[in-house]
Amino acid sequence: MCVAFPGKILSIEGDHAQVDFAGALAEVNVSLIEAVVGDYVLVHAGMAIQKMEPKEAVDLQELFAEVEGAAEIG
Amino acid sequence: MADQGQANISDKLNLSDKKKLAGYLSSYNGRPLRLMEVCGTHTAALYHTGIRQLLSPKIEMLSGPGCPVCVTPTSYIDKLVEYALTPDCKVLSFGDMLRVPGSRMSLAEARAKGAAVSMFYSPEQILTQAAKEPETRFILAAVGFETTAPVWATVVKAIQKQGLTNVKLLTSLKTMPAAMEMLCESGEIDGFLCPGHVAVITGSKYFRHLAHVYHEPMVVGGFTEEQLLLALTQLVHKAERMYAGVWNGYPECVTEEGNKKALALMADVFEPGTAAWRGLGLVNNSGLYLKDEFTSLDAGSGALTEDKVPAGCSCGQVLTGQITSSECPLFGKACTPDKPVGACMVSNEGSCRIAYQQEAAMYGPK
Repeated sequence: MCVAFPGKILSIEGDHAQVDFAGALAEVNVSLIEAVVGDYVLVHAGMAIQKMEPKEAVDLQELFAEVEGAAEIG
Repeated sequence: MADQGQANISDKLNLSDKKKLAGYLSSYNGRPLRLMEVCGTHTAALYHTGIRQLLSPKIEMLSGPGCPVCVTPTSYIDKLVEYALTPDCKVLSFGDMLRVPGSRMSLAEARAKGAAVSMFYSPEQILTQAAKEPETRFILAAVGFETTAPVWATVVKAIQKQGLTNVKLLTSLKTMPAAMEMLCESGEIDGFLCPGHVAVITGSKYFRHLAHVYHEPMVVGGFTEEQLLLALTQLVHKAERMYAGVWNGYPECVTEEGNKKALALMADVFEPGTAAWRGLGLVNNSGLYLKDEFTSLDAGSGALTEDKVPAGCSCGQVLTGQITSSECPLFGKACTPDKPVGACMVSNEGSCRIAYQQEAAMYGPK
């Protein structure tokens, strides 16, 4: 039930935004975040709950180096 | 939309990196690990991506109590059914809830008897409907964890602002730490994949206390194949070495502090209290209830502590990782997705339903 989907804000009017979910448009309440047009947001139950930031999830090289000793990888 | 993937950097892992991560998880030969994914959405995603199926036999993934539908006590369903059968009263619920068995019937069964039950997809659409039908009493089935609680808090504020007098909430809102603490206390779990969308709201620091007190590794994970491969690799690596702490494997969406605006709104509208979890009983400090100033909007949520689980139903043991779904004597026999006995067989994110569907896909229906 805690499913949430990423979408891109196309326009904002007051607390509501038009959000593009891979081509499907929907109105989303954006009152829980500070967002501007063009931002990617994570939407749960009709509300944007977070602005998405393009960050590396983890440093892959570091992770591979860490686990390399534990098992044969690659 | 062409640039959709830009929002998820970890979706851009190349095939060779993915293979390395999958190879590590499938060939892991260290100490046997019992890990738990707390969140029902993770349970579903681990199956759908095929990651659960590729794990080394030395990595056991247990499904936790993080499906809000699965942990709703029977008395809550019974109360919703009672409202739905009351003239001029309408129950609005997330679709997941409709087939959850109460002690007498589910909302879907009540609807077949003429009860007024409707589904909704965003709680906000309710307000428009309620304003249009002032003669109908609307009861909102306000279910969810920390992810959904801010949405309900927003609805409460909007009801108040719009002066709607025909809408009340029957809440069954729960929070994760107390339930996770029960699991930590059992001492049988070597690490947790923490719920990513709960952490979006609460921040990754929410799990820090438990990780340190119980010396557990906890990795906050996302939900795509790439995010899950990364989070599980981190978790297995930390768990094998018995490291303790919280690692954020989903930083595109999760910060350390969480969504402060959402947290402030939740604190403004709700207060913590004891809650009944299906199969687990009463857990102190694990529920959220409307504060005194909003009690006029409450439809009797505090009294719903009874949980009459049917004889033989092992949902409680499944939800705490003591047994797997297929070890329940009712699994696939008396309890199937068509005729569920326990709530874990109902929801798309229930571990029993997911396990049943996987077995049916592999071996044909029972």
